Amino acid sequence: MGVKKTDIVLLDDKGIRCDGRTIDQPRRIMIKAGVLKNANGSAYIEFGENKILAGVFGPRDVHPKHLANTDRGILRCRYHMQPYSVSERKNPAPSRREIEISKVIKEALEPAVMLENFPRTVVDVFIEILQADGGSRCAALDAAAVALADAGIPMRDMVSACAAGKVADTIVLDINNEEDQEGQADMPVALMPNLGKITLIQLDGVLTPQEYEKCIDTAVSGCKLVYEVQKNALRDKFFGDSAQ
Amino acid sequence: MTSAIIDDLKKKKITALLKDGQRIDGRALDEPRQITIDTGVIPKAEGSARVRLGDTEVVCGIKIQPDKPFPDLGDRGIFICTAEIMPLADPTVETGPPGEEVIELARVVDRGIRESGMIDLTQLVLQKNKTVIGIFVDNSVTDYDGNLFDACSYASVASILSCKIPKWEMKDDAPIKVDGQVIDPPITTLPVSVTMARIGDQILVDPNADEWGCMDARITITTNSAGNICAIQKGGTDGFTQEQLVKCGQISIATGAKIREIIKKVGGS
Repeated sequence: MGVKKTDIVLLDDKGIRCDGRTIDQPRRIMIKAGVLKNANGSAYIEFGENKILAGVFGPRDVHPKHLANTDRGILRCRYHMQPYSVSERKNPAPSRREIEISKVIKEALEPAVMLENFPRTVVDVFIEILQADGGSRCAALDAAAVALADAGIPMRDMVSACAAGKVADTIVLDINNEEDQEGQADMPVALMPNLGKITLIQLDGVLTPQEYEKCIDTAVSGCKLVYEVQKNALRDKFFGDSAQ
Repeated sequence: MTSAIIDDLKKKKITALLKDGQRIDGRALDEPRQITIDTGVIPKAEGSARVRLGDTEVVCGIKIQPDKPFPDLGDRGIFICTAEIMPLADPTVETGPPGEEVIELARVVDRGIRESGMIDLTQLVLQKNKTVIGIFVDNSVTDYDGNLFDACSYASVASILSCKIPKWEMKDDAPIKVDGQVIDPPITTLPVSVTMARIGDQILVDPNADEWGCMDARITITTNSAGNICAIQKGGTDGFTQEQLVKCGQISIATGAKIREIIKKVGGS
């Protein structure tokens, strides 16, 4: 989409972005594992202005029954935004955007979850966006992956997600809301950091082939930063001072 | 859409053939199926096309009418692209509200064209913030043999290229159609989507239904006339390595350029 005229300076001549970050600096990321009592696993994430809760149930009986798979478990995922999570009230019914995001998040987690161990069952991942900022699908994925691990569900690897994009003709890490709206491209990426596999990639906006490669590189480096925060969240839950 | 149920034998055959770089229908790995495009098939629509991609068939029609602009985009026309799978396309398709696969299909086709900036929407304004021209592109899948993303995308682009925009004049704040006058759509670039499946270590362009049923992961990359990438969607239950993604980018640019020539010819521009 063409660039809209704007008063915001997305990138100043010193290479500082509209929220004061440098081009390869992510926003503040805080993850806490095990925040819900009833869910089998859960996590809360603050990623920039994103505030997101993820809860995992299962493996458990599939309902409705005909969805069950006899040779492996299934994964279900719901990404849902609260009406008050954005500036204009959002209709609480799931939008087409939310349905698509639920699908891509499910497909980003699925390669990591060892569903073959749990035939005829389902693992449900529920994600509630309490406050939305740019990059909410990546933040949601980060929380969901930690919640899956918190639930003790066998996984091949963590899934870590971060976006990169193009702002003022420059590839930058972790696009915020203003940059998403006024910038030139947004590329969310999810990575299984130890297996080196990218399980989610989308792109909105125009990139040259060189920028495309650089954008993937930048996003992958962001995923690796997120991975450290995810590990720390799990370490804190199970081995930290507050661990029971 | 329909995940074609392939028996294990067929899947084994596909993977065994791929070890020697061969595909079940004899194509090269980077070779799309035959693309047939007829435009102007629905005279009552302002633009239309019937596209066959192998045995996948899509009918696309465009309706164009004045509309209120989006609140935050008062200086632009409206472009909306949808896609639906008709129940006659496949025995497993059910009527009712669209499922997540159909929603993804429609959104990916829309995104590829929208993000490329194919139509210069700033030229479709009748009265700023009040009345703009809306271009509604609706795809109907009528026969299924895999890769609906590309079939719908080609049908949409061919329909847009062949469409004629009626002329409206504003009179007392209301749009009045000027009979007998039409303009060509303001086209800036020609987006082409290329969908690739990964099966094992191989990347296959334009997977047919059999290949679609046993792929590990897929990716749809849309490129514009300048050979730049303007939209991506990854799908499927496994991932890609970074090297595979770079390779997919290169394939989409090279294959997209060939397909663009086919679409250009029939588009009449």
